[in-house]
Amino acid sequence: MSYEEILTRYEPVIGLETHVELGTRTKMFCGCKTDFGAEPNTQVCPVCLALPGALPVANRAGIEATIRIGLALNCDIAEWCRMARKNYFYPDMPKNFQTSQYDEPLCTDGYVDVTVDGKEYRIGIERVHLEEDTGKTLHVGGATGRIHGATESLVDYNRAGIPLVEIVTKPVPGLGELAPEVAKAYVAELRDIIRSLGVSDVRMEQGSLRCDVNTSLNRPGEEWGTRTETKNVNSLRSVERAVRSEIIRQSGILDEGGKIFQETRHFQETTGDTRPGRSKETATDYRYFPEPDLVPIAPDPAWVAELRAGLPERPSAKRARLRLEWGMSELDMQSAANAGAVELIEETIAAGASPAGARKWWLGELARRANEQSIDLAEVGATPAQVAALQKLVDEGKLNDKLARAVLEGVVAGEGDPAAVMAARGLEVVNDTGALTAAVDEAIAANPDIAAKIRDGKVAAAGALVGAVMKTTRGQADAKAVRDLILARLGA
Amino acid sequence: MSDLTRMSAADLSKLITAKQVSAVEVATAHLDRIAAVDDRVHAFLHVDREGALEAAAAVDRGEITGPLAGVPIAVKDVVTTKGIPTTAASKILEGWKPPYDATIVERLKKAGMPILGKTNMDEFAMGSSTEYSAYGPTNNPWDLGRIPGGSGGGSAAAIAAYEAPLAIGTDTGGSIRQPGAVTGTVGAKPTYGGTSRYGLIAFSSSLDTPGPCARTVEDTALLHAVIAGHDPRDSTSINQAVPDVVRAAQIGKNGDLSGVKLGVVKEFTGDGSEPGVSAAFKESLEALVKLGAEVVEVSCPHFQYALPAYYLIAPSECSSNLARFDGVRYGLREGDDGNRSLEEVMSLTREAGFGPEVKRRIIIGTYALSSGYYDAYYGQAQKVRTLITRDFQSAFEKVDVLVSPTTPFVAFPFGSRTSDPYQMYLADLFTIPTNLYGGPAISVPCGLSEGLPVGFQIMAPTMADDRMYRVAAALESAVGTLTPPAL
Ligand SMILES: [Zn+2]
Repeated sequence: MSYEEILTRYEPVIGLETHVELGTRTKMFCGCKTDFGAEPNTQVCPVCLALPGALPVANRAGIEATIRIGLALNCDIAEWCRMARKNYFYPDMPKNFQTSQYDEPLCTDGYVDVTVDGKEYRIGIERVHLEEDTGKTLHVGGATGRIHGATESLVDYNRAGIPLVEIVTKPVPGLGELAPEVAKAYVAELRDIIRSLGVSDVRMEQGSLRCDVNTSLNRPGEEWGTRTETKNVNSLRSVERAVRSEIIRQSGILDEGGKIFQETRHFQETTGDTRPGRSKETATDYRYFPEPDLVPIAPDPAWVAELRAGLPERPSAKRARLRLEWGMSELDMQSAANAGAVELIEETIAAGASPAGARKWWLGELARRANEQSIDLAEVGATPAQVAALQKLVDEGKLNDKLARAVLEGVVAGEGDPAAVMAARGLEVVNDTGALTAAVDEAIAANPDIAAKIRDGKVAAAGALVGAVMKTTRGQADAKAVRDLILARLGA
Repeated sequence: MSDLTRMSAADLSKLITAKQVSAVEVATAHLDRIAAVDDRVHAFLHVDREGALEAAAAVDRGEITGPLAGVPIAVKDVVTTKGIPTTAASKILEGWKPPYDATIVERLKKAGMPILGKTNMDEFAMGSSTEYSAYGPTNNPWDLGRIPGGSGGGSAAAIAAYEAPLAIGTDTGGSIRQPGAVTGTVGAKPTYGGTSRYGLIAFSSSLDTPGPCARTVEDTALLHAVIAGHDPRDSTSINQAVPDVVRAAQIGKNGDLSGVKLGVVKEFTGDGSEPGVSAAFKESLEALVKLGAEVVEVSCPHFQYALPAYYLIAPSECSSNLARFDGVRYGLREGDDGNRSLEEVMSLTREAGFGPEVKRRIIIGTYALSSGYYDAYYGQAQKVRTLITRDFQSAFEKVDVLVSPTTPFVAFPFGSRTSDPYQMYLADLFTIPTNLYGGPAISVPCGLSEGLPVGFQIMAPTMADDRMYRVAAALESAVGTLTPPAL
């Protein structure tokens, strides 16, 4: 049964819960550092290890970042709210309760607009709240790295207590077959907004942005169906695939008269489908209550106004503005955004490149390389300044397209700036007319038939001679100059 | 030289400052006293002879000076002391040596006060008799067959038995004041937030308050001044100047209370107390009137709900605070034989590590916070708390301080109240309202009932700790201190 056919009989409702690890210098409730990749248990103290007697003190930077995210998502900011304890036992959670927020979130009732296929969709934001991350458990000795069969479990508390912001959407109905694309576009937009705020590096592959996707189906005109929650969705593409696969799976069950159970499922990166999580026999009762060790959060309205005034330009608005300035198509801008190239192109233009030149490199050669290596475009090894310098050499006629690509290869390999790579590798375009004329004459002499055709006015045949000249000059000649010279020598 | 262990902290300090006696001599005298009598009193869970003498020597070398420099102190075992075992009298923390000092311990050290050791208590400060210590009860120096109060019975008994001139206690529902009352010593619960909780092993975060214990009001005030004051590591710590309790105690010592209005809590003067306790309280009240105080009766109608509200709020918070004791990171670990799951090990550890009263409160608290019950129990208790706070506030519009007996009964024999938890909980009937409100309160000895000490409680508005010290010192000047029979 085709996906499109399923969507003629069912309407999906989606919802997303996103966790963003804030990039604060220190943890949420203690002074420990938050550096990624440090030796296990080196960024810990009595507070984040929950030693007896230790007490939390809230990090103002974490509260500020949460408010800024809330403001950027058009939320209301609470004038007074409290942290709450979410009680459950888990070995990588030192206190055996998570300091979180319950019925008094810091930010509520906002929205995000996203564009899919030229159409705008408004995603309602239910709440944005602040909480803390857990540690990480490592199971050793087993074959699978899972707890089953492991001989030992090791816990690293470096991550315990790092501030997390949870962003929960309202249920989004009415998307039809576009539900997977809209879900993906929402997460991408959220990522861009948070990145523009500078409060997190929002890297899905490092877990600093984590996503849970809720999906339900109902027949048209009927009440919303039971939803499932899919966890372990760790890339933008997976968000789309997870929604699509849940729609297909649930429709299969409903078609056979089955029932959907409210459950947690896990997305499988390899197969693209979802699998049931560990079933819980009883619903967990988190016994939330206001955290008595922390004072209420009551942000001064003047401070909130100041934070609001200091918000950066909304990424989508910025893209619309830049698209006009750069004369880009909607589609090109979309792919620039998806590739994380907008800022890079912007900086390249600021460094002196033309919009077309900047776009060409970042979305062409460099995007291809980033894709191949599965890395971020920003990490590909070339800076906007270098790309601008490269394009300048092309514009000056010192490099042709092919040579420029070779120079870029050297730049990416760390051989230096474009001019240096060009000089070191001897890649400059051959502009010496004497040498070029000799090469052209040689090519004419070697190909008398073709030369005759050109003399007879069949100018298109010049291509073959250009090729020959480029071959003898090892590609270092300017193809247009060669062509002009051939035509001139043959009087065509 | 008279017996150093019988002297007040204020007098010891004068002698040490004048170099008439060395801090090492003072510490040694108390350590020797501990060695001589603690097998009978069992006030201490751990004695740090070496550490105490080292700290005393530093004072003698002139490295630290100050009002209490060289005066030794005992610390309740629920307060962390770096490198010194801290167990909260629980099996689950047996042998645990904290890697850090509580803020108040840091302040004691900075003041040059040698720490003699850690005192016994009810496990995790839950109890009113020390009978719930996992390491055996403390015996009341007035009658070794009776309880010394709780949870801080060890600290009070250590002072009463002249093992230490000063001690640190913690008061969640009366754990400083009730032991003070039944051992004939002084115990003050400062304003909540007036003393730092950082390093105090939490029982009930919104109620726990560390405070001073001593044999005289002046000594209590001197210790109060050392440990009080804002601590940025405790979010609930009050960032305001500490009331001048030492000066207030000195003023009160003159015995002049003219212009001071005392409010007798009507709800606490009925037949809830033993006759001997009521009689001693009334006599003290008359003594205060003779000093110039005016006495009026004040009704606090919601105080009658304080006990049930407390027994919902405190267990709720404790059920969450004690969740960290799971055998994963420190303390006892039970059943980790390589075959059991982590959940089983956690469960076996908590089963073996916690005593009966702790388990009872964890179960009550877990239930009270459960979804569907939260509003009826925890939510309702919080409303009662607000009403009790209003009772205090409106009372303090009419009077300067409120007064009552500290506890309804004198030290009771061991085992007489353990079979019925409610009978034990009644010990804190008069002390609990203050904790729910957050204000300060002090217990001062006010006479004997059938040969056993009775305590007089003075409650003041938040951050007016100085008021209660003035009245307490005046009362002390009128009725005198109590001396227990020789051990
Ligand atoms: Zn830490």
